[in-house]
Amino acid sequence: MTTPPVLEEERVPVPRPPEEPATNAFVVWLLRFGSALVVPAVLVVFFFTFTFLRDEGVNKLLQVAVALGVGIIGVWALFWGMDRMVSLLPRRAAAAVRPFAFVGPAIVLLAFYLVYPAVNTAILSLQDARSKSFVGFDNYVTIFTKSHYLISIRNSIVWVVVVPFLAVVVGLAFATLADRLSKGAESLSKSLIFLPMAISFVGASVVWGFVYYFRAPGYGAQIGVLNAVWDGLGGQPIDWLRQQPWNNLFLMVILVWLQTGFSMVILSSAIKSVPVELQEAARIDGATEWQSFRRVVFPVIFSTVMVVWTTVVILVWKTFDIVFVMTGGRDGTQVVAETMVREFFTNRNNGIGAALALVLFIAVVPVLALNVKRFRAEEAMR
Amino acid sequence: MTTTETEHVAIEVPKEKGGGLKNLPVYLAVGVIATLWTIPSLGLFISSLREARSIRASGWWNVFGHLFDATTWTLQNYRTALDQGFGNAFANSLAVTIPAVVIPITIAAFAAYAFAWMEFPGRNVLFVTVVGLMVVPLQMALIPILKIYTTFNINGTFPAIWLAHAGFGLPLAVYLLRNYMGSLPSSIIESAKIDGADHFMIFSRLVVPLSVPVLASFAIFQFLWVWNDYLVALIFLGNNPKVAVLTQSLATLSGRGEGALNLLPAAAFVTMILPLFVFFGLQRFFVRGLTAGSVKG
Repeated sequence: MTTPPVLEEERVPVPRPPEEPATNAFVVWLLRFGSALVVPAVLVVFFFTFTFLRDEGVNKLLQVAVALGVGIIGVWALFWGMDRMVSLLPRRAAAAVRPFAFVGPAIVLLAFYLVYPAVNTAILSLQDARSKSFVGFDNYVTIFTKSHYLISIRNSIVWVVVVPFLAVVVGLAFATLADRLSKGAESLSKSLIFLPMAISFVGASVVWGFVYYFRAPGYGAQIGVLNAVWDGLGGQPIDWLRQQPWNNLFLMVILVWLQTGFSMVILSSAIKSVPVELQEAARIDGATEWQSFRRVVFPVIFSTVMVVWTTVVILVWKTFDIVFVMTGGRDGTQVVAETMVREFFTNRNNGIGAALALVLFIAVVPVLALNVKRFRAEEAMR
Repeated sequence: MTTTETEHVAIEVPKEKGGGLKNLPVYLAVGVIATLWTIPSLGLFISSLREARSIRASGWWNVFGHLFDATTWTLQNYRTALDQGFGNAFANSLAVTIPAVVIPITIAAFAAYAFAWMEFPGRNVLFVTVVGLMVVPLQMALIPILKIYTTFNINGTFPAIWLAHAGFGLPLAVYLLRNYMGSLPSSIIESAKIDGADHFMIFSRLVVPLSVPVLASFAIFQFLWVWNDYLVALIFLGNNPKVAVLTQSLATLSGRGEGALNLLPAAAFVTMILPLFVFFGLQRFFVRGLTAGSVKG
């Protein structure tokens, strides 16, 4: 046996002092909490180091270097330090405390960044704009009666219906067709569809801003592709993003462009997992291409289609960037996620903002629950 | 030798693939969709390489008349964009993104290990709670966290946004890592214990190296998520151009309309260059990362 010497040493049974479990219970309990708090406490110290660095107007590269040092080495060192400290305890106590040193930082961060805010937002949604006094369900009544908010809810629902549908249908069609190409052509064409996934929503808005670019007649040539084509067909230049209600559709196209790659890649791998014999058998039985897709391939990949669908639904429901950057919610293009940010950040109305956040949350729960359930079922099958 | 190999290949490909006139409509359909998908970004890319004056004067498709004309192309827009704040914003994006990827991975990995391989009271309840937090959209967190940050005057600092991103990314990270670590064979962990290794050693020497695929997938997902994020940066970094990340700078520039027309394409590509590099370099992990992210709330 070639065990490293360090391990050999630790394997030697060390005589331990007799344990006294009952009296130590409270101390162990206290230590569990203490160890969980170490990482956040030290991170607070980092805040102040960093504020100092920022105020000195130091070199950007130095800042990045400090950021890397803190982020990578710092957090790892904290866990290591905590582990050493726990090891100083008597053996039994150390074994009881150690899991909490490992789990604690995650729990503290989650409590601070998700649990507390969720509860707090629910309370804020029952208060007025400045969070001074309780107003009952007034904010919700406003959301569900005033036309500005109703339009944003209506638009969000249309987004959630249209975008996932198009992304899944185009993605599925493309995956099916590309499957018949030669290997090189398949991977090239799939890369082209998938590429937009790497682009931020803000970046995509700029990309499409140039597609929809409009100049009133007499203010220069049309440099947007869409108006150039329209012009070539003999039409007058159109300010696409101000044509109600179609401007909503033009904004949705951007998200479809971004998300089709995602659905295509996932559906493509699902299609490839359909046994070839099944399709061959269908063909021999005289099924057309469409019948073999409809009756053989589609049932097999159905659960994957649902996962892709629900994933895109949730993403669309929470997308705010595209509307925020492209139209700022003007001309009847507002959606819930964008209105929420505008209410709370621009209009300083905490009450309405919080109520809209809660609307976002409540709508997501059933869809996501379904998704996690399916994801778990799939993991279990692997 | 060669004959058997050809036969072998022939057997392995029962489906009709590749060339042949029969596939022409398929090639056409794929070609049309792929072209439609490429035109918007291709147009922007061509624009970014044109003289500022030509960008304003004519559409990008006009370059096809003078493709080999030296005066058609220039890198000046990139130089100007980098000088006018986008170089700074790039550094800010790096300073925000790298720790905002590494911190949640480290914290989640320790937690996932404990959930998978350590015994402690309340383990399952805690794990289910953590996973359940995936349903909370980050919009729920914005108002309360901003209030706290304002109280302590740490809004607009990098650590403030690192920890926010870390918190928002944790449920998914813990869930994915715990599933993966839990599926490692218990025999290797038991035998390491018998050899006298403690939990920290098993974690750092054994479990982390074995979990590299899932760590990479989550890292890429979180990298893209943070790098391309606009909302969290907008709320927690605020309007200070000194700390603004790329998405903020780009959104501000695009709000300037006609005046910024010459810089906008180049600036947009500055924001995309790193994700595109990751996309081409690590495509396999990239796809896995996206798939894994399908359950993020």
